[in-house]
Amino acid sequence: MSPLLATESGSAGQYAAATGTLELLWLLVAFPLVGAAVLLLGGRRADSWGPYLAIAACGAAFLYGVLALFALIGLEDRTADLQLYSWVPVRELQVDFGLLFDPLSATFTLLITGVGLLIHIYSLGYMSHDPRRRLFFGYLNLFIAAMLVLVLGDSFLALFLGWEGVGLASYLLISFWFYKPDAATAAKKAFIANRVGDVGLLLAIFLMFAALGTTSFTGVFSQAELLGAGTATALGLLLLLGACGKSGQFPLHTWLPDAMEGPTPVSALIHAATMVTAGVYLIARATPIYDVTDTARLVVGIIGAVTILIGAIIGCAYDDIKKVLAYSTVSQIGYMFLAVSIPGAGAIAILHLLTHGFFKACMFLSAGSVMHGMNDQVDMRRFGGLRTVMPVTFGCMLMGYLAIIGVPPFAGFFSKDLVIEAAFDQGGARGVVMGSVAVLAAGLTAFYMTRLMLMTFFGEKRWTDDVHPHESPPVMTGPMALLAVGSLVSGFVLVHVVDLERWLEPVTGEHKVEHVLAPIVVSLLTLTVVAAGVFVAYTQYAKKPIPTTAPAGVTPLTLAARRNLYFDALNENLLMRPGQYLTRALVFVDNRGIDGAVNGLAAAVGGSSGRLRRIQNGFVRSYALSMFGGAAVVVAALLVVRLGL
Amino acid sequence: MSDSFPWLTVIGLVPLIGAVVLGLLPRTATRLHKSVALVTSLVVLALTIAMCVAFEPGGDRFQFVQAYDWISAFGVQYAVGADGIALVLLALIAVLVPVVILASWNDADAAPPEQQIAAGTEAVGADVASGVAVRPRRRSVRTFFVLVLVLETMMIGVFAATDVFLFYVFFEAMLIPMYFLIGSYGGPRRSYAAMKFLLYSLAGGLLMLAAVIGLYVVSADQGEGTFAFEQLVGLEMSTGVEIALFSGFFIAFAIKAPLFPFHTWLPDAGAEAPVGGAVLLVGILDKVGTFGFLRYCLPLFPEASRILGPYIIVLCVIGILYGALLAMGQKDLKRLISYTSVAHFGFIGLGIFAFTTQGQTGAVLYMVNHGLSTGALFLVAGFLIARGRSRLVPDYSGVAAAAPILAGTFLIAGLSALALPGLSTFISEFLVLIGTFSRYPVAAVLAAIGVILAAIYILLAYQRTMQGPLRLPAGVDKIRDLHLREVMAVAPLLALMIFLGFYPKPLTDVINPAVEATMKDTGRTDPTPTQGRGDAAAPAR
Repeated sequence: MSPLLATESGSAGQYAAATGTLELLWLLVAFPLVGAAVLLLGGRRADSWGPYLAIAACGAAFLYGVLALFALIGLEDRTADLQLYSWVPVRELQVDFGLLFDPLSATFTLLITGVGLLIHIYSLGYMSHDPRRRLFFGYLNLFIAAMLVLVLGDSFLALFLGWEGVGLASYLLISFWFYKPDAATAAKKAFIANRVGDVGLLLAIFLMFAALGTTSFTGVFSQAELLGAGTATALGLLLLLGACGKSGQFPLHTWLPDAMEGPTPVSALIHAATMVTAGVYLIARATPIYDVTDTARLVVGIIGAVTILIGAIIGCAYDDIKKVLAYSTVSQIGYMFLAVSIPGAGAIAILHLLTHGFFKACMFLSAGSVMHGMNDQVDMRRFGGLRTVMPVTFGCMLMGYLAIIGVPPFAGFFSKDLVIEAAFDQGGARGVVMGSVAVLAAGLTAFYMTRLMLMTFFGEKRWTDDVHPHESPPVMTGPMALLAVGSLVSGFVLVHVVDLERWLEPVTGEHKVEHVLAPIVVSLLTLTVVAAGVFVAYTQYAKKPIPTTAPAGVTPLTLAARRNLYFDALNENLLMRPGQYLTRALVFVDNRGIDGAVNGLAAAVGGSSGRLRRIQNGFVRSYALSMFGGAAVVVAALLVVRLGL
Repeated sequence: MSDSFPWLTVIGLVPLIGAVVLGLLPRTATRLHKSVALVTSLVVLALTIAMCVAFEPGGDRFQFVQAYDWISAFGVQYAVGADGIALVLLALIAVLVPVVILASWNDADAAPPEQQIAAGTEAVGADVASGVAVRPRRRSVRTFFVLVLVLETMMIGVFAATDVFLFYVFFEAMLIPMYFLIGSYGGPRRSYAAMKFLLYSLAGGLLMLAAVIGLYVVSADQGEGTFAFEQLVGLEMSTGVEIALFSGFFIAFAIKAPLFPFHTWLPDAGAEAPVGGAVLLVGILDKVGTFGFLRYCLPLFPEASRILGPYIIVLCVIGILYGALLAMGQKDLKRLISYTSVAHFGFIGLGIFAFTTQGQTGAVLYMVNHGLSTGALFLVAGFLIARGRSRLVPDYSGVAAAAPILAGTFLIAGLSALALPGLSTFISEFLVLIGTFSRYPVAAVLAAIGVILAAIYILLAYQRTMQGPLRLPAGVDKIRDLHLREVMAVAPLLALMIFLGFYPKPLTDVINPAVEATMKDTGRTDPTPTQGRGDAAAPAR
């Protein structure tokens, strides 16, 4: 063990007991959980005040989160572990239900409850016409509670409880308009793709127990150095599988764009800002495991890089505004995966996660605002010229746009630049390839986002006849504006005021920087590529009129991108169809084969018992006779066995 | 309470007395029949709760023990006693029977299904049957509830028996009320299903009887012939005999459970049985099989279990995947649920034959949780079928729009079947898999695929029936949401599942010592962590 690890990771996995304010940590989960219970079980009576209760519950959790954060800053070792009760006690396997408040979970708590609160408020306007909005707010509160369990749980099992809890909330919210077949299918797809990942996480937990005899963070992390190389790599890869499912990373990414069938606030909160980043949280949290397996780190990085490109390429081709944003999310989370794969750069991944939480939520809510004014139209080819009709929405979207493409001093500039820098700083071929992918994708991001802006807000009006676009009410634009401010300042604040990297260092480890390229070179290179992306989009979508249907006769790549690079087709032909054939074949076999054989036997028995019945003139007696006969046979068999021995 | 209070005998007799009282009541007083049955089952529930309180988790392995000579010539005794495993299953019986009675309140009043169908297709039937007035054949409400109560006595007896012969008697006697429940109150193909159920069970029972007698012979060889469980544990016998006797018990239990490939009677029985009967059949009767593995196969034949264990693990894994794939392919909702049970019984078997404390405790918890979960699923499916008069999934669509509470309970029951964390089924599935993984990692990994398949078959069924645009079976113009009675029947199950999902300790405290005793009987110990030192190594907080 190197001296560096001794000072850094030596403390990893050792948590101080919660005291003072932090002894009430369970309130964080309790507020939204009670809210959800009241709303979901309350019936029609709760229709009128339910949504406000939900907002209050989320707000209370946020306020307590702020208090808890200050309490945490005041602590010397900045950890607080609250043991609640013995959850699963079976001999060697002793899982206690406990909550852990440390810099990482505190950061997430504020993101979840903060952005969550804004989106609760926004939903008040967005869902105002929906008769079932009480349930909607109930599900939102359920999500907040589950997400908090995910980030606060102090064992992998508690994390898993939250992990599947958010999956359930996501399922319920994607299929909120369950009568739409597409929404129902998308929800099911999301849940199943997540389950594939979840099984990875479950197997990781089993492996931890088999190898280390524990599933608590304390137990696993403090013994991580004892893991054999193979076990550590297996653990790292299994956790990665879980992370890929939840975070929509290649090859489990196809559910995320489909999830856009849910109401837009859901897309903003769950499928952009919080839940889908849980994979990054998981890997950052498991830093001590990844510290002993570079192979797993490499695979995380490769998955990240591949996903960055997939998301960015497909994002260029879609006309559905929410799907473009969804693929952008896929791509941006790829950046986070890339960063979290680099030793010590976990904090940078979290930084990008936070800024992304602001600007992507901002863009989604703005897109929701556009849809709200356009009769739920999502086809950007039917937008155009909305800048003048929806000035506030435009302003917010613009801030988000500048942030995501990384224009200084907007938030994305700080975080994305650091990710790209860290990628290059790995050195060697790994650094060059991953760094180049990150820079190239920054250009693609600039292209598709500029395209989105131009098609939506500029150019001529290509609206369908029946729409009368209007600006959204303040209850919606208010939260959007706050997020827009976040998109502007959060990068600077987190890097230069808070110094997030130092704050998270106890969890994600120290980032030893040896620059391969000077930071200024990286920044200039990135900005050049971004400018190129903007320029290309400008020539294509501002200079030429935009047809209201997607043009045919395009390059094979565009065609492939429009069909999401054939991933859905692949899934269908590789998994779904064969699965259906297998199922049908088995049903046939079970009915004809196994059951047929047994029925044949049954017919024979039935026949003979029929004969017996005739002789014995009574069913019970034939039963007794057969019992007796069988007994005699076996006693005879036993005698034979005994004589044979 | 004094130790000498004969809890088990009293609890077992109460339903029988209730049944006799029902028999004495006038035939037409159906409302009274129902009330008496419900009250009887609630008395059993109250007594069982009191018994559970009186049970000392750290005390003797078998508590509330009673033993009287019955057929002294063969050393047969009326001997009862409860260890932690039997106790939680007795509690499950006590919970499920009142629920079933409440849920089946009006089931026996209805005309047999073929007459319902005739009524549904009146226009066609009128021409054919013109002139012949079909007089609806009423089924006896009284008999239905008598059968349920008699069945309860038998089920209590089978778990409470500590004499192998007594166990065998209950094991076989249990079939009779169930046979009539399916055969008289079931769906259109009820006779076929009931006969198949009976033949399968008889075949298994025969083998078991032979093995029971074999055990007696072996014990008689070594001194005094006996059927008492505690005297039979540790009986010396050659490996060949052990394997033969083990197989007799095992096949009987595997049919009862049912384990792949002995499962094909279950989908028919589960589909054709009245809903209440299906709940008791899959929720409790089938547990006798897995209970038997744990109580009889393992402690009595440790060597044979060790030798055959790995092969049984293979059967269990096949069952998990096979049951799940078949569930996906079913159009009949009740058959679908039956096939999910085949998969779930695979998990239970896996936990038992993994020979780890976690696996076996998980398996026992699984038995309880599966009773709650499948019980809820069958009940809600039954509520739907009673409304739509069709068991076929494709006949329904978008029901959630018309009956949101029905849809909500169906979803929660479904989520419990796919073992969502936060529901008790997750704890048991997790324990089974983690216990299996530390001894048979490959089996655990394969079984974990079943976790994905479970999500597919449940959500597929939910989407097809509850989501999408509203469409009802032909001839049904509207579907009403659940009545208060129906909510009251299913709500306790859902509440219990949520509570036990977050706090399973009351059950594990009772189950753990019994499982540890079983592990000791079989001479197996848990694997130790391969690379670390467990929680003990973690720094003290």
